[in-house]
Amino acid sequence: MLSEFLQFLFSGVTVGATYALAALGFTLIYNASHVINFAQGEFIMLGGMLTVAGVSAGLPLPLAIALAIAGAALVGVLVVRFAIRPAKGADVVSLIIITIGVSLVIRGLTQIALGKGTHSFPAFSGSEPLRVLGATLLPQSLWALGVTAAVVAALAWFFSRTLTGKAILATAYNRLAAQLVGISTGKVLYLSFALSAALGALGGVLVTPITMTSSDVGIMLGLKGFVAAVLGGLGNGLGAVVGGLLVGIAEAMAAGYISSAYKDAVPFVMILFLLFFLPRGLFGARVTERV
Amino acid sequence: MRKSRYPGLLALSLFLALLPLALPNAYTYDVVVRILINAILVMGLNLLVGFAGQISLGHAGFLGIGAYASAILTVHAGWHPLPAMAAGAAVSGLLALLVARPIFRLKGQYLTMATLGLGIIISIVIANESAWTGGPDGMSVPALALGGFELSGEKRWYGVMAGLLVFCLWACQNLMDSPFGRAVRALHGSEVASQVVGVNVGRYKVAVFVLTAIFASVMGSLTAHYVGFLTPGVAGFFHSIELVTMVVVGGMASLYGSLVGAALLTMLPQLLATLEGWETVAFGSILVFTMIFMPRGLVPMLAARFGRGH
Amino acid sequence: MNKRMTLKVLAGFVLSLGVGAGSVLAADPIRIGSVLSVTGPAAFLGDPELKTLQLYVEKINKAGGVLGRQLELVHYDDASDAAKANSFTKRLVESDKVDILVGGTTTGSTMAARDVVEKAGISFVSLAGGVPIVEPVKAWIFKTPHTDRMAAEKVFEDMKKHGISKVGLLSETSGFGASGKKETEGVAAKYGITLVANETYGPKDSDMTAQLTKIKSAPGIQALFVFGLGQGPAIVTKNVAQLGITLPHYESHGVASDEYLKLAGKASEGVRLPSPALLVADKLAANDPIKAVTTSYANDYKDRYKQDPSTFGGYAHDGLMLALDAIKRAGSTDKAKVRDALEATRGFKATTGVYNMSATDHMGLDLSAFRMLEVKNGDWVMAK
Repeated sequence: MLSEFLQFLFSGVTVGATYALAALGFTLIYNASHVINFAQGEFIMLGGMLTVAGVSAGLPLPLAIALAIAGAALVGVLVVRFAIRPAKGADVVSLIIITIGVSLVIRGLTQIALGKGTHSFPAFSGSEPLRVLGATLLPQSLWALGVTAAVVAALAWFFSRTLTGKAILATAYNRLAAQLVGISTGKVLYLSFALSAALGALGGVLVTPITMTSSDVGIMLGLKGFVAAVLGGLGNGLGAVVGGLLVGIAEAMAAGYISSAYKDAVPFVMILFLLFFLPRGLFGARVTERV
Repeated sequence: MRKSRYPGLLALSLFLALLPLALPNAYTYDVVVRILINAILVMGLNLLVGFAGQISLGHAGFLGIGAYASAILTVHAGWHPLPAMAAGAAVSGLLALLVARPIFRLKGQYLTMATLGLGIIISIVIANESAWTGGPDGMSVPALALGGFELSGEKRWYGVMAGLLVFCLWACQNLMDSPFGRAVRALHGSEVASQVVGVNVGRYKVAVFVLTAIFASVMGSLTAHYVGFLTPGVAGFFHSIELVTMVVVGGMASLYGSLVGAALLTMLPQLLATLEGWETVAFGSILVFTMIFMPRGLVPMLAARFGRGH
Repeated sequence: MNKRMTLKVLAGFVLSLGVGAGSVLAADPIRIGSVLSVTGPAAFLGDPELKTLQLYVEKINKAGGVLGRQLELVHYDDASDAAKANSFTKRLVESDKVDILVGGTTTGSTMAARDVVEKAGISFVSLAGGVPIVEPVKAWIFKTPHTDRMAAEKVFEDMKKHGISKVGLLSETSGFGASGKKETEGVAAKYGITLVANETYGPKDSDMTAQLTKIKSAPGIQALFVFGLGQGPAIVTKNVAQLGITLPHYESHGVASDEYLKLAGKASEGVRLPSPALLVADKLAANDPIKAVTTSYANDYKDRYKQDPSTFGGYAHDGLMLALDAIKRAGSTDKAKVRDALEATRGFKATTGVYNMSATDHMGLDLSAFRMLEVKNGDWVMAK
């Protein structure tokens, strides 16, 4: 009984770590620009796929990973330069469509350059499963969780202790005021997208040894990451991480205890119910609307 | 002050009457019929997204309900197509009513998320209940027959759809110019201000949502009978996005814009089909390009350009 | 216009006349229409299918074509969407005026094209596996792959041989998996098999340990049967190893490709599945009737694309060859004659097996064409 529950929990937490990183990425960009970046899932995909490309070109794994994350960050910068910046002032719906267009372009180009097959690369420290109280856990899952936790801690430090981090927060809070105190909100935009892309790519790299990657993994991951971000209250970093883990665990528990057929519906049912009772998500701020 | 709608409607009717002369084969008729179906669908969605300003990323869900209601009731329960269509519309309307109040309490991105979630849940249910719906491999739908007249073949559908389009355009224009329509447009401008002048914002939002849902459901039923085969993809996320894109590209709150948006985006995959491998990139690029350079949509931009001030 | 320009224009005019005359003199090409799912969830199937069709149309054209006419392949990508499949099929039939159709990667896209094809009276050789495509038999529709039901039957046959009667089924919620689930449930009783567990997973899911944990603890379970396509079953296989499940593990023909071995790695050791003989072309007996055609297809594909051949590409190869053979026998592209010729196909050697079509059988293969394979030392071998 316990071992079953633990197994579901481990499975949920592993996949939840990816959702958490995706959700963090969504939150970062939303904070900097109020854009819902539907291309977030593609950054996750790029992490995995670019690493695969690097490895098959003969690069050692750590170098391939570093280049992949840098590559994704570069793509993030390009997205801002060519799709977000030119559309300044567009309304919410238009921005959503733009990011969807961007995700199609990224996915299409990846398919052309790297093909439509499924790929993987070796786990960081072997794939012998660990036995914990009757359930099994892959070492790679521990990597995924550990690195995610480290990243969250690093981000928390970044946003509260460094000037750049505080600049990003300031822009999120009130764009005009931030500009008035001399913060370059343009640079903040570039930085948030690059950082968010890097985070997504990192998430992709961490789980590819477990889940494999292909050019279309981004779609579902992006959607579920969005759900996780909204669950935690859009704009709240800690909420995003908690949301991601919750979504992952809920999915696994539903698959294990209720019905595996409706597993995919679980995050969406969750979000609907939650929003009906907590319209701003778990940690969302109470906002007053200015007329 | 108010322009007469009739010249526009007349011009459209004339265009639709003469168009068949330019259509060489059944395939081109097929594309045009799909454009007409999408146009009506998009006009309905525009009422919600363009006029009332409420984003819905899950509208294909209602389409799916209508389509599958028609399919299931005619195939499994032997109903006549018209009552089946009505049943589908009733279910859609009821569902919309049930979720509208709680959904519209949400603002901005939370509303987007909720509609998204609703659409996806509907498509997952359709895909899973394969005993009724045929699952991911889909199911066949019999043709629509009224008494002795069977509505099959692209030419007959063209005639019916063209007539329906003109009627719906007239009806929507009428609606948006009526007090109901003005209230809806007001709440897009500013909810607080409309409440101040006595508009019951909640009730109107719900009303538009239900109306659009019923629209989508009926068009879904018609699509099912026209194509003759359904898969759960009709209710899926991508289809919802396609529909919203048609609204935005054509022009929010512009009914003629909806026609243009529907026409462009229905023809685009056909035009890109010869681009071996580059279709996705091309489609995505066009979306980005259009939204950057024509953020208000094609028709409003053209109208502004030529100074008519819509 | 100066002299130079005039000369150039004249030269261009004469050239175009020549080209025009040339194309009038050359015979009309045989147009083969194809709607494949080259992108989207079924790309795993559609991509090798398109590559195969393109490879062989080119090869046959170089060798002189068919009936003295060159082949022309007109293809569209339905992105795994049945509504698009319906639309593109109409385009192929009405606008591009193709002579025959070879395509339909998924059962959904094939069925969506059915009415168009039947109404227009044009033969359609489908590459999809669903039973409804040929049951009930439709005049103009044929198919090359084994049905999902045959896959289930082949697996159950093997299980019965090994005394297995309690089985856990894990199927994918895609069209392939859902159809497989239905057929598996339908034929289980015939082989004395009871399904003690019946779980599903989504095609893009990344972890199936929850479902497998449930299956593992089903009372009396003796074997695991997975019905899925592409990367899903590879993840399932890895999960099975991770959870330490040692039950006999059977897969469907949806993983009959070397990519599965690469992705599942060591965990795939001992897995059994029904597959067309293409995967073990080099291990077939010298007197096996399809050894020549499978080896030649495998080599052609590998040489051209530097990738291992897949059985899905094999279905496309067979579909094309069947269509061309029927056209040859009919002596023309007359649609009714070609259809009759297709139905009269007997003893046709192809990579999936030896085809014998008839008025009541538009699939043409029986269970013997399916070989039971096992994974040993990272390679496919014939199972004992």
